[in-house]
Amino acid sequence: MSASAETILSIEHVAVHFGGLVAVSDMTFDVKRGEVVGLIGPNGAGKTTAFNVITGFQRQTSGEVLYRSHRLTGMKPHEIARLGLVRTFQRTSVFKERSVFENVLTGLHCSGRSNLWDTLLQSRREKSSERELADAANEILRFIGLERRAGEAAGILPYGEQRLIGVALALAVKPAMLLLDEPVSGMNQAETARFVKLLEKISASGVTILLVEHDMPMVMQVCNRIVVLNYGRIIAEGAPAEIQSNPEVIRAYLGQGKKRA
Amino acid sequence: MSRYFGWLLVAFLASVPLWMHDFYFLHVLITTGIFIIAAMSLNLLLGYTGQLSLGHVAFFGIGAYTSALVSLGFQIHVLPDFTIGLAPKPAWFAMLAAVAVAGLTGYAIGKLSFRVRGAYFVIVSISFAEVVRLVAVNWVELTQGPMALNNIPVLRLGAGPLELSFLRKPEFYLLVLAVAVVCYVVIARLVNSRAGRAMIALRENESLATSVGIDVTHYLVLATVVSAAIAGVAGALYAHYIRIVDPDIFLFIYTVTMVIMVITGGKGTLAGPIVGGALFGFVPEILRAMEIEPELQWVVYGVLMILVVYFLPRGIVPAIGGYFSGQKSGGTAEAATTAAEPVQK
Amino acid sequence: MDELFQHFLNAIILGGTYALLGIGLTLIFGIMRVVNFTHGELYAFGAYCMYALVMIFHVNFFLALALAMAMGILMGAALEMLLLNRLRGADIDTTMLVMIGAWIVMQNMEQFIWSGVALSINSPFPANPLVLGPLSVSWNRVYVFIIALALIGATYYLVNRTRLGKAMRATFQDRDTAALMGIRIDRIHTATFALGSGLAAAAGALLGPVFVVTPTMGDLAASKAFAIVILGGLGNITGATLGGFILAFVEELGAGYISSGYRDAMGFLLIILILLMRPTGLFAQKERIG
Repeated sequence: MSASAETILSIEHVAVHFGGLVAVSDMTFDVKRGEVVGLIGPNGAGKTTAFNVITGFQRQTSGEVLYRSHRLTGMKPHEIARLGLVRTFQRTSVFKERSVFENVLTGLHCSGRSNLWDTLLQSRREKSSERELADAANEILRFIGLERRAGEAAGILPYGEQRLIGVALALAVKPAMLLLDEPVSGMNQAETARFVKLLEKISASGVTILLVEHDMPMVMQVCNRIVVLNYGRIIAEGAPAEIQSNPEVIRAYLGQGKKRA
Repeated sequence: MSRYFGWLLVAFLASVPLWMHDFYFLHVLITTGIFIIAAMSLNLLLGYTGQLSLGHVAFFGIGAYTSALVSLGFQIHVLPDFTIGLAPKPAWFAMLAAVAVAGLTGYAIGKLSFRVRGAYFVIVSISFAEVVRLVAVNWVELTQGPMALNNIPVLRLGAGPLELSFLRKPEFYLLVLAVAVVCYVVIARLVNSRAGRAMIALRENESLATSVGIDVTHYLVLATVVSAAIAGVAGALYAHYIRIVDPDIFLFIYTVTMVIMVITGGKGTLAGPIVGGALFGFVPEILRAMEIEPELQWVVYGVLMILVVYFLPRGIVPAIGGYFSGQKSGGTAEAATTAAEPVQK
Repeated sequence: MDELFQHFLNAIILGGTYALLGIGLTLIFGIMRVVNFTHGELYAFGAYCMYALVMIFHVNFFLALALAMAMGILMGAALEMLLLNRLRGADIDTTMLVMIGAWIVMQNMEQFIWSGVALSINSPFPANPLVLGPLSVSWNRVYVFIIALALIGATYYLVNRTRLGKAMRATFQDRDTAALMGIRIDRIHTATFALGSGLAAAAGALLGPVFVVTPTMGDLAASKAFAIVILGGLGNITGATLGGFILAFVEELGAGYISSGYRDAMGFLLIILILLMRPTGLFAQKERIG
C-alpha cells in the first residue's frame, strides 16, 4: 500500500440537526487515498448519520463534504456513487429475491454501454455489452469467493454470505473508495475472519476504505487509522494502539466493554 | 424450450380465423387481446417497476382519443378568433400519433408524479386520470363530450389493388395479435436488459439500487413512458375497432380491470397479464352464459381479487411455476418463473 | 356581491359534511395507512340505510340518522375484522388491492339490491328555504350543517380527551411502544376503522335526503375525501376539518365563476397541485428523513 498523502475524502464541520435533536454536532476528519480508516463510537454517536450524509442519502444542516475535490452537498446519492464513492448498508445488503449472479449484474449497471434502442433492437452492441457484464460479474464473484452460489437466490444464503454479496455489489460500481456500514455485525468468528481477508484483498487492489464497526478486534486488526466519534463530534484520531489506550475513548465506552458481546 | 412454446402458441392463435367462424367469439378474442396489451403495459409499471399506478386508463384513453381525432380531423378555438385545426389523416398515421402522444403524456405525468411516492403516488395517479376524464367530458369542442366521436375511419394499409383494410373481424383479430406479439417482445427485451434490471432493482430496494448508481427517477419515468405508449397502442386499436370513443373510456373501473388482470395473472411475470387478461376476458362471457346479472359478475371479480390477494399473492403464473419447479435450492417462485420466460441468456 | 355571499354560505354548509368525510378518512388513511377505497361505499351505505329506515320502515327521521351511523360503525368494524386483520403486516399494495376488491363488491351489491334508480328520502323540514336578507338556504341544509359540526366536535372530544382517543394517537405515533404499554393494537385498528366508517356513513345519511341516493354516489365522495386528507395532512384532524371547508370553497367559487362542469375536477386539481408542491400536505409537520 503506497503511502500517498493525497486526501481523497474530507469532512468539514458537518452538523446534522433533526428539529431539536442533534445527531452530529461538529464532525471533521479526512481520509487519505489507500487508507483503511475505522469510524467507531458508542451507539447513537452519529456514525450511520455520518454515512448517510457523506453518500447523499441525507442532507447535512451545515458543513461540507469533499470527495476528490468535488463538493458533494446537494448531489443525489446515485451521482455520488458514480463518482466512485460507494457505500454498503447495515441491514439489507442484497436484492433478496434475485440470484447472486443477478445481484452482481445489477451492481454492474453503470458499466453497461447500451441504450434503449440497442435493447429494443437487440443490436450487436447490446449483446456484446451484456456478455461483458456477465464476464465482469463472474470475475467479481470469483474475487469474493462466491462463484459456486451464483444461481441461488440471495435471500436464502447465510447472513455472512449476504454481506459478502453486498460488498460485491459495491465493488461492481468500480469504487475508488468504499464506505462499509457495520460490515461484520451479526457474523461469527469464521465469517469475520473471511471478511477481514477480503478487506485486505480489496485494500491491496487500491481501494480506500472507511468503515463503521463495533467489533473492536476486527477494527484494530484491519484499520491503519481510527477515528472516534462521540456525541456527534470527533474525540480522538490515530493508530489503533494509540486509540486503545486513549483515556477519553475509554471513558466514552465505559460500560460498553472493549469487545462487542 | 419455452421460446418454441411461445412461437407455437402464436402460430396456433394466428390460425384461429381459419377455423373459427363464430364472429362473436372473434369479437371476444379481439377485445380480450386489446385488454391484454393494456394489461401488459400496466404490468411493466406495476409488476416490474413496482409502482401502483392507478391512473393507467388515462393513457389508454388518450391513445384512443388521439387516434380518433387525428383520423377524423378537428378544429378548436384557442382564442375567440384563432383556431387550430388538423385535417383528417390516414388511420395508420393516427395510430402512430396516438403512441407518440400517449408516450409524451407518460413522460409528463411521470416526471410530475414521481415527486411523491407510496400512497400519495397512488392518489396522484388516480387524480390525473380523473382530470383527463373530466376534460374529455367538458371540452366538447374537441372531444364532442358525452356525444362521443363517431365514425372513426377504418385502418387501411397499402393502396389500390394491394390495399388491406381492417374492417372485418378476422383481419382485425390478426392485427391485434400482431401488435400484441410486438408489444410482448418489446417488454420482454426491456425487462431482460440492463434497464430492466434497474427497474426491478428499484422495485426490490430503492436505496440499494441508488447506492449502485442507478438513477431511480430516470428509470421510473422510462417505465412510465414505455408503459404509456403501449397502453396508447391498445387505445388506438380500440378506437379503430369499435369506431366510437366517448369519455366513459376513462372510467376508473377500467383501470381496476387491468389491475385485476395483472395481479391475478401474476405481476412481474411476462405471462401473467396474458393469463390474467384471458381469464377476465372469458370469465364475463361464461358468467353471461350462466345468465348472471352484470352487477353480480362484478361481485364475483371483486371476491376473486380478494381471494387471489390472500391465497395466491403472487398470482397464478408464479404459483404454477413454483409448483412445477418445486423447491430447488435457491429457487424462489420468481426466479423459477424468470427461468420459464423466453430469455436470450 | 350577493352572489358571492351566497356562494360563501353554500360553501360553509357544504364544508361541514366534507369535513366529516375527510376526518373519517384521515383517521383510517393517516393512522392505519390503509388506502381505503371503501370509504365512499360507507358514505353510500349510510345513505341507503337512511333510505331504508325512513322510507321503508318509517323510522323517525332523526333516530334514523343515529341508526344509520351505528350501522356504518358496525359495517366498518366488520370490514376491518374480516379483511384487514389478516393483512396487518402486509405492504400497502396488498391492502389497497383488497380494499379495491371490497369496493367493487359493495358497490355492485348496492346496485344489485337497489338497482340504479335514484332514490329520494323525505325529510320533515318545511319546503320553503330559510331566508336571511338576500341569502337563502334550505332548512335541510341548516340541519345538516348543525349535525355535522356536532359530530366533528364529538370526534374531537373522542380523539383528544378520552382514553380511547389517547390510545389511538399513541398507536399512530409509535405502534410498538403502544403495544408495549398494553394497548390492544388489534382493537384500536378495528375501532379506528369503525369510527372513520361511521363518520362517512353519517355524512351519507345527512346528505342522502339533500340530494338523491344512487349506487355510484360514493365514488365522488371518496375522491373528495382523499383530496381533503391530502390537503390537511395524513392523520391530522384539524387539517381535515379545514381541508373540508377549503375544498368546499374552491368548488363553490370555481363552479360559480369559472365553470360548473369542472366542479368535481377541483378536488383532483387541488390534490395534484398540493402533492407536487408540498408532498406532505398543507398542514403536516415536516417528517424526519432516514
